[in-house]
Amino acid sequence: MGNGGSYDDVCVIVPVYNEATTIADVVVSLRARFADVVCVDDGSSDESAAIARAAGATVVRHAINQGQGAALQTGFDHVLRNTDATYVVTFDADGQHVVEDAVRMVDTARAEGVDVVLASRFTGTSTEMPAVRRLVLKAGTGFTRWSAKLEVTDTHNGLRVLNRTALRRIRLTMPRMAYASELLSAIVPNGLSYTEVSTTVNYTEYSRAKGQTNLNAVNILFDLAVRRMRAS
Amino acid sequence: MIVIKVLLISATLLFGLMTLRERQLATHQAVRRIALLVLVPVGIVAVAFPDTTVWAAHLVGVKRGTDLLLYIFVMTFLFTTLATYQRLHRVERQLVELTRELALRPEPDHQRESAR
Repeated sequence: MGNGGSYDDVCVIVPVYNEATTIADVVVSLRARFADVVCVDDGSSDESAAIARAAGATVVRHAINQGQGAALQTGFDHVLRNTDATYVVTFDADGQHVVEDAVRMVDTARAEGVDVVLASRFTGTSTEMPAVRRLVLKAGTGFTRWSAKLEVTDTHNGLRVLNRTALRRIRLTMPRMAYASELLSAIVPNGLSYTEVSTTVNYTEYSRAKGQTNLNAVNILFDLAVRRMRAS
Repeated sequence: MIVIKVLLISATLLFGLMTLRERQLATHQAVRRIALLVLVPVGIVAVAFPDTTVWAAHLVGVKRGTDLLLYIFVMTFLFTTLATYQRLHRVERQLVELTRELALRPEPDHQRESAR
């Protein structure tokens, strides 16, 4: 199935938590380009896991909900232990990403030989981003640019490409959504190269209802601040 | 008044340090056990002879015994809260590791486990 072709060395990790309404479409559209799609079911209470499996994904299941960062790390460990994939794509389950963007990012990683390719919704065209969301994301980006010393424009985009070297060096341990900054903070100290690619984010009614609340930025900041103090 | 101020401020600083360094679990446990061993006789004495709290308060520059008890209570509460928070945090991390191990354990219905 799928015209994987030169994308056989790519494993797509989709963290899933109660996404029964969107997961089938996401997996099917991913499978059209990538042979290996792994859904990490983060303790969903709905039928997400069964639907994802039926749609052609490999499903790894967390017995209890552990948060998206933990789910991604489980996906990374799966790739390192059970596959010989060269590239990993992280892709959100709510259908906000475009598969062709992921394809372009893998092409970029291959062509430029960088370890990490990040997606930016601010240099691309994103449909109807709510104004407050834009502001919160800009603030988060400013903070991360300053603390992780990365020249990036969008720090909380779920679409990423990492090669095996990056997987071996980055380990996500932060609770809740702070892992996104944790991942970025790990790039420079671990001597990884990175680049950014313009992508599109579809803000559907569903992704808006399902996504992060703006107030959660406070939790993320707190988690990061505590970690920063511990590290120093 | 100066003695109690030094005591309270250094205790608070200690709590700050505690939040930053998580490792000395054995120390925390030892502190808890010593506190328990000390608190039982002290409690009995304080109840049997209420004036002893006033005497102890004057020793560290506090006017009333009640105030001294309140200070001790606040500090104990802080210590307990922090110790509990840290223990929870540790358990959460262990839980993530455990969940991950379980998730990645080979099972016959996972398609690609044979590759392992």
